Amino acid sequence: MAETITLEVARYRPEQEGEPTFERFDVPLNKDWVVLDALNYIKDKVDGTLSYRWSCRMGVCGSCGMMVNGEPKLTCATFLSHYAPGPIKVEPLRYFPVVRDLVVEITDFMAKLKSVNPWVVREDEKPVSEGEYLQTPAQLDQFKQFSMCINCLCCYAACPVVGLDQHFIGPAAIALAQRYNLDSRDQGKEERMDILSQHEGIWGCTFNGECSKACPKNVDPAGAIQQYKIKAVTEWFKSVLLPWGKKDGGSK
Amino acid sequence: MKATHVYTPYRPKWYRKRVSTWWWTQQWRSFKFILRELSSVAVGYCGAILLVLLWSLTQGPEAYATFQSWLKTPLFIVMSLIAFGFVLYHSITWFNLAPKAMPVRVGGKRLPEWMVAAPNYGAWIAISAVVVWFLLGGK
Amino acid sequence: MAKRSNEPFLWSLFSSGGMIAALMFPVLLFLFGLAFPLGWLEAPSYERLLSLVRYWPVRLVLFGLCSLPLFHGAHRFRFTLYDGLQIKHLNELIAVFCYGSAIAGTVLAAYILWNIP
Repeated sequence: MAETITLEVARYRPEQEGEPTFERFDVPLNKDWVVLDALNYIKDKVDGTLSYRWSCRMGVCGSCGMMVNGEPKLTCATFLSHYAPGPIKVEPLRYFPVVRDLVVEITDFMAKLKSVNPWVVREDEKPVSEGEYLQTPAQLDQFKQFSMCINCLCCYAACPVVGLDQHFIGPAAIALAQRYNLDSRDQGKEERMDILSQHEGIWGCTFNGECSKACPKNVDPAGAIQQYKIKAVTEWFKSVLLPWGKKDGGSK
Repeated sequence: MKATHVYTPYRPKWYRKRVSTWWWTQQWRSFKFILRELSSVAVGYCGAILLVLLWSLTQGPEAYATFQSWLKTPLFIVMSLIAFGFVLYHSITWFNLAPKAMPVRVGGKRLPEWMVAAPNYGAWIAISAVVVWFLLGGK
Repeated sequence: MAKRSNEPFLWSLFSSGGMIAALMFPVLLFLFGLAFPLGWLEAPSYERLLSLVRYWPVRLVLFGLCSLPLFHGAHRFRFTLYDGLQIKHLNELIAVFCYGSAIAGTVLAAYILWNIP
């Protein structure tokens, strides 16, 4: 194996330049190094001004999402040796405004996530004296896959609709809404349906499927969205054909 | 984006890249996706052919024969060939995506995707066979 | 409660049309577009086709065949125009063009199938 590998890292320093540029760095090509290790090496030894986000370095926090050779990846889970002999292009997550170097602005996503009420909604709170909400493994299995989302935004960087329509809620937000819709403890299906069954909600999605391919935690947001579309259609027909029917606000 | 650079200290100046109209040519997978979406045109072509065929049936045997002769021209053969390719692509991508949209659970466990896609393919073959039998069987 | 969009209805047309197109269009286009014109298989005669089409169950199936896939194509093409050419600001015009064509095709199919001699 060669000694070093070249990284082409996107730099954007708003106080100096109006557009991003690329800078080349040679880093040691260690067998067990990931792209994040290379970035840390650059920041420690070569250029301390390089800015990027990271935290757990083990694929559970979702902070280190970036574009590696044009694909959204967690840099803590992407090995340098996979790209040897290089060079490796490292850019900030696509479709988000760039604040500096590899750091993107994600407030827009946070607002979209909050808008789907991603928490257990109850019409009636059970008092603590009545004990816990019980849930069988089968009930957990209904939504567990969608709960694995770490908000890394790789799916947003992969989805063309996110890039083309600023108002599209996006894969992770819908997958997380579905995580709560399918949770047996939740009673918030109705209120989420109002937000999601809009053109900027699930109906902007054209089932491209790249979001699920990019997801490092196998959440399958595309599946969540399609399943929700079918649900929304049945609800729509019910509301049109049986307008006098009692609205279903969830069980228990 | 033009670099009309005005930076105020301690004020953010984010860089927003505009998505090009040709975004779908930049990666093979995006191109494949747009091809899949353009199969909608081929579906429209096939629907139009069916409509004209049915219309010709109401107009008498000469109209039917005329329509058949149109379909034999090189232009139509080429268009039908291209449309056929797209319609096939639509079918295959459609059946392969079906398991994602409809997860099937048996005894609490989720069935593997090919097990949900396979009946779709089976139905496709069976229905195609029925159509061929209908149209070709008998005089 | 916020007003819900009517997209669910359009999507139900899209998905049912897509299923029908996926199941039936390949074989139909192969036969009528390639096999019969190129002489690989013998085309059915006018009388045979007419006798088949006279059956009301066949007419109903044909109506579904000529209508729902048109809506599938219209819906998908509408979104391709949004995503491919980024002309979402023309969305009213696009919707009228796409769904209008599908509705026209449906009306035409109904008229033709009603008037089979």
